[in-house]
Amino acid sequence: MRKMLAAVSRVLSGVAQKPASRVLVASRNFANDATFEIKKCDLHRLEEGPPVTTVLTREDGLKYYRMMQTVRRMELKADQLYKQKIIRGFCHLCDGQEACCVGLEAGINPTDHLITAYRAHGFTFTRGLSVRAILAELTGRRGGCAKGKGGSMHMYAKNFYGGNGIVGAQVPLGAGIALACKYNGKDEICLTLYGDGAANQGQIFEAYNMAALWKLPCIFICENNRYGMGTSVERAAASTDYYKRGDFIPGLRVDGMDILCVREATRFAAAYCRSGKGPILMELQTYRYHGHSMSDPGVSYRTREEIQEVRSKSDPIMLLKDRMVNSNLASVEELKEIDVDVRKEIEDAAQFATADPEPPLEELGYHIYCSDPPFEVRGANQWIKFKSIS
Amino acid sequence: MTLRDPCPVCVPFERPLSLSLSPRQVSGLLRRRFHRTAPAALQVTVREAINQGMDEELERDEKVFLLGEEVAQYDGAYKVSRGLWKKYGDKRIIDTPISEMGFAGIAVGAAMAGLRPICEFMTFNFSMQAIDQVINSAAKTYYMSGGLQPVPIVFRGPNGASAGVAAQHSQCFAAWYGHCPGLKVVSPWSSEDAKGLIKSAIRDNNPVVVLENELMYGVPFELPPEAQSKDFLIPIGKAKIERQGTHVTIVSHSRPVSHCLEAATVLSKEGIECEVINMRTIRPMDIETIEASVMKTNHLVTVEGGWPQFGVGAEICARIMEGSAFNFLDAPVVRVTGADVPMPYAKVLEDNSIPQVKDIIFAIKKTLNI
Repeated sequence: MRKMLAAVSRVLSGVAQKPASRVLVASRNFANDATFEIKKCDLHRLEEGPPVTTVLTREDGLKYYRMMQTVRRMELKADQLYKQKIIRGFCHLCDGQEACCVGLEAGINPTDHLITAYRAHGFTFTRGLSVRAILAELTGRRGGCAKGKGGSMHMYAKNFYGGNGIVGAQVPLGAGIALACKYNGKDEICLTLYGDGAANQGQIFEAYNMAALWKLPCIFICENNRYGMGTSVERAAASTDYYKRGDFIPGLRVDGMDILCVREATRFAAAYCRSGKGPILMELQTYRYHGHSMSDPGVSYRTREEIQEVRSKSDPIMLLKDRMVNSNLASVEELKEIDVDVRKEIEDAAQFATADPEPPLEELGYHIYCSDPPFEVRGANQWIKFKSIS
Repeated sequence: MTLRDPCPVCVPFERPLSLSLSPRQVSGLLRRRFHRTAPAALQVTVREAINQGMDEELERDEKVFLLGEEVAQYDGAYKVSRGLWKKYGDKRIIDTPISEMGFAGIAVGAAMAGLRPICEFMTFNFSMQAIDQVINSAAKTYYMSGGLQPVPIVFRGPNGASAGVAAQHSQCFAAWYGHCPGLKVVSPWSSEDAKGLIKSAIRDNNPVVVLENELMYGVPFELPPEAQSKDFLIPIGKAKIERQGTHVTIVSHSRPVSHCLEAATVLSKEGIECEVINMRTIRPMDIETIEASVMKTNHLVTVEGGWPQFGVGAEICARIMEGSAFNFLDAPVVRVTGADVPMPYAKVLEDNSIPQVKDIIFAIKKTLNI
């Protein structure tokens, strides 16, 4: 309604920056919501799973679309900046997996907690940081969310614990955050993510054991994109039923390309955890378009046909768009408007990330310790000293 | 076993006697008071001191909790956490399965989320299984996050050689952990050290590694009055001069401090006065105290239980060379360390694999050219 009035008033005031078709868009009547069927989840040690239908409101739909498109375009911009050598080092992109980060966020509260591994830019955004802060961190500038000290794999936000570079190490960390949730008694939960490659790490099974023993409110989430770097799941795991690998921990296997499926499964899992029953496991079946990282073209261990097939049949943004347009929750033009808006946002952020200066050399020694008085840090030789402040 | 001499300042102030007593009664009372030991000092073992320190901090801040193998119902593998589970229960004192990497990670995660865990390794040898969590998840995080994510955690447990436990259970990790920026590493020797340092470690908002010593757990020390206060803290990063001297500086940490003091006592009879410095903290190292001492004595011997190569003594040598004290040295710095072998089992071999008093005396005489 607000949008309609705004568009109409803009036209009337003569500042018609947008074409006339926008007015038509604004005056169309959309449905408020629509009900969709979603894929049934495979269950492990669960009598029942998430519902097989869900209601999507127009407002939520537009929000999810915008968020997924933002993640998509942000990752593609990072690809571009990397090829221009403005981003260096590690850069693991998640385009194709947008339904996971946006869908998970849709199923939890901002006061819940989330930790993941290195393919983290999408989650950094959905957990509340701006594209500006993320891209500037990738380009290693002072305006980056970690002041340029962390880079791609070490971005932190409120109730978001990164961004972790050591494969699998984030899983015990997540169980520990869940322990803190239980300790504090505020009904909060922790989403602890890892990939299909990490799923074979021993420390994950140690975390499963303790989380189940102590009934920690932890959702273990395996983002299965079929490849751990260049090793397909069949070549890495004796059992590729990742949702069952928690053994005594109940699990669900979820269509990770369908944001509504992810959302419903997350709501289900979150309710399970909050009820005090202990941990639960979710396997999200998803796919990454890019290779493992920017150093990997991604076609030596999989075929271009496979990538193309997923793109044309299961793209998460396309799936949501089709649903919304076909149920009159939004129009093609309206969604195109969002695309243009998002592109602008990303472009602005990229401009900032390219123009912002690097952190000053004086800050090289900062943030070694927390809450300590300033001290000196040794540089490359005994005469080079950096001041360290907390 | 070494008893510390009672601190001379601990003698209480003598109050004047009532004049209604007979002279004989007065002199009798005076005699007794003169021979009585300082009433406020207390004999406390290192184990008891750590226990007290943890107990006080658990009481003071409900975010503090202890986890590790056997810390709760077993009262601690070395009984260091005796009585704590009874007092604080399952929520605050947590027995873990044998999963070092897992529970160390859980402890770090809990610290990231705002709790203040004490993570016990049954010995630091087992911390090797979890060392990634200590270094990559705990030590580096505050820096990597640009100051957004502190990790207020304590890793504690016995470190270094014990008695007859052989190679896999006798390694000293002071050099390994001392190597890493973002960590604080302390190594208490006495009960006062143990109590003050564990309390400071728990209150510190950074990851602190507390390297205790199993053979010191049962050793009693006099705990001076100020160390009996619930707010008694020893600052991390400050060494202590345990014995003043003029001829040579001996720097050590943990159990070898006892051997250094013994060596000093022996040498004193020969007219050699050793200044014995107890490092207390490995990182950040208090090189200033060592330098000031060397500028006075002109000779330096380092003593540690760990292996020589890339060890604590090696670091002290490097820093002395780089600093103001170098020009005051009358001889090169000498290191006394554990033997450069995996710890053997047979007693004669084990005894000769750690620094003995005679080795320290020999090194001191060598550096003094006696």
